Amino acid sequence: MPEDSIFETKGVKKNFMFVCNKAPYGTIYALEALEMIMISAAFEQHAVIVFIDDGVFQIKKGHNTKSTGMKNFSPTFGVVSMEKEDADEDDEIDMVWRIVVEKESIEARGLSEEDLVLETEVLSSGELSDLMAKQDVILTS
Amino acid sequence: MAYELNGESYDVDEEGYITDISLWSRELADLIAEGEEITMTDEHWEVVNFLREYYEEYQIAPAVRVLTKAIKKTLGPDKGNSGYLYELFPYGPAKQACKIAGLPKPTGCV
Repeated sequence: MPEDSIFETKGVKKNFMFVCNKAPYGTIYALEALEMIMISAAFEQHAVIVFIDDGVFQIKKGHNTKSTGMKNFSPTFGVVSMEKEDADEDDEIDMVWRIVVEKESIEARGLSEEDLVLETEVLSSGELSDLMAKQDVILTS
Repeated sequence: MAYELNGESYDVDEEGYITDISLWSRELADLIAEGEEITMTDEHWEVVNFLREYYEEYQIAPAVRVLTKAIKKTLGPDKGNSGYLYELFPYGPAKQACKIAGLPKPTGCV
């Protein structure tokens, strides 16, 4: 690869995994991870978005942030859904997105799929680790 | 810096985005647009109104691709492209239109 090609990003496509593993509020990590996910959509990258550990609370229904003074960014996950729909349905968009939640994490927190604002695939930690092995880039928040 | 309108003062950040989005009004939008050297037409309002509705629902400004797609749906394919949006908002559709719509500066590009 010639040296100046670092600026040539057109057509570069990788398999990204975003591991959202932090509680939604109290720190900026969850929101920043969401920003990264949105940016990867802008560049039409393949993405697996994983909610694991306390990260599953990010997509739990019924957030109310009034008393914390932080913005409730729960509605923004609606955009993630739409991006996935676009990726699935629009032939002009060459992007594969998967939204995954770890089975053990939701069970340990007494949650089920019905408690989540996103439609997700539920994978066991074993299945998740197989999926991780297939990624080009794994970003953990 | 702050905008002055009808004796009220509206605080803005260092780039001219109003800091309290709940204080936005159409009159204020006209004033912000003036500062951007834009005269608001129905076409400008269509974009600004779409941005506000989208933000209201998702708490985030849309990506340019989402914006162009929405415009294409409502106004037809000849307007559903970034060229058209740049005609309306020469210094970047997201940046300028969000400013006029009273939304925070979009974090993504354009």
